[in-house]
Amino acid sequence: MLIVDARGLLCPEPVVRTQRAVKDGLSELTVLVDAEAAKENVTRFAASRGYAVSVKQEGADYTLSLSRV
Amino acid sequence: MKNRNFWVILTGVIIGVAALALTALGNPGNMGFCIACFLRDTSGAMKLHSAEVVQYVRPEIIGMILGAMIIAMLTKEFKPRGGSSPMIRFVIAVIVMVGALMFLGCPLRMMLRVGGGDLNAIVGLVGFIAGIFVGTLWMRGGFTLKRAYTQSMTEGLALPIIAAVIMALSVFLPSLFAASESGPGSMHAPILITLGVGLVTGGLCQRARFCTAAASRDAMLFKDFSMLWGFVAVIVTTIVGNLILGKFNLSFADQPVAHTDGLWNFLGMALVGWGSVLLGGCPLRQLILAGEGNSDAAVTVAGFAVGAAICHNFSLAASAKGPTVNGMIAVVAGFVILTLIGLFNREKA
Repeated sequence: MLIVDARGLLCPEPVVRTQRAVKDGLSELTVLVDAEAAKENVTRFAASRGYAVSVKQEGADYTLSLSRV
Repeated sequence: MKNRNFWVILTGVIIGVAALALTALGNPGNMGFCIACFLRDTSGAMKLHSAEVVQYVRPEIIGMILGAMIIAMLTKEFKPRGGSSPMIRFVIAVIVMVGALMFLGCPLRMMLRVGGGDLNAIVGLVGFIAGIFVGTLWMRGGFTLKRAYTQSMTEGLALPIIAAVIMALSVFLPSLFAASESGPGSMHAPILITLGVGLVTGGLCQRARFCTAAASRDAMLFKDFSMLWGFVAVIVTTIVGNLILGKFNLSFADQPVAHTDGLWNFLGMALVGWGSVLLGGCPLRQLILAGEGNSDAAVTVAGFAVGAAICHNFSLAASAKGPTVNGMIAVVAGFVILTLIGLFNREKA
């Protein structure tokens, strides 16, 4: 599965990278972020593109699992 | 998502009301608070520049940094981070300041000026949006300032502590600082109110992730309009407020702390918009991020303060009389430097 590692990147980069990754209509994708704002922005973007998002926190990092609804 | 819109709009309305109140209580016209102007005033107070009309330690700025820090700590979002191209950020911050002081205001003040009926600010707004559009093209093209990494608590707290020390010194040892006797720097609301407004708005902006550049940027990049509501809320609130207070004056001429040179108002704000997208947020957002422990944002704020000093020391800043030739050259140089920074900082997908 494709993993977008957006940890340490300031907005809008995490969302831009997610956008680039989902362009080809992937059904599943993992995005790693480490900021609250990035987590919210990627989640909102994914929802708007028809993905369900589940969030797992490990220390300071968040693993966002996106899957096409 | 609804919850987010609520915070964003609430923050926008409160910023608008706060700006009107601060102006009524003594702050300069259409400048309830302006991040660029107030950093410039603060850097003048510290004698980094000697423009006598714009020197005053602005508690709004310090309050915003500390308000964001307090809320970030309470919500466990205070995370010391840094190392994402700090020097490039510093340079872009100086360039953003050159643009802001060409127009005479940061994006926030541009919105407040629109709300006061200043048509020059509409020209600035069009420039700002054009600059943001150019910035989004670079983001799509793979522009990156690379990752930030976890840093020590000291690194994250350095700027908030410096801000608090400056605030305390300005209250208890005011003779250390320069203070304008005339001009915009001499106009200020009572200190406790300005500090309080800074703390509250800083905290709210932290919760809402408020950013004047993200408003149009996210609409263009992702068709995400949530921040745009906050942007509109500030403008609508100040228009309504100014109409009620009888301060709404629709014109190009005779606006407070503004000039009427359309081309340079446009280009100045275009530079601010483009630079803000590359920095990942407008000047206001950088203050908030710095309060959250992001030391790249702290370096950016330092870049704004130094940029403001450069603008006044080398006559780059415009005034009510209009832009200077030095300022025009600097704005053009700013576009060239942003292009070069863009060309050399791309990552292929």
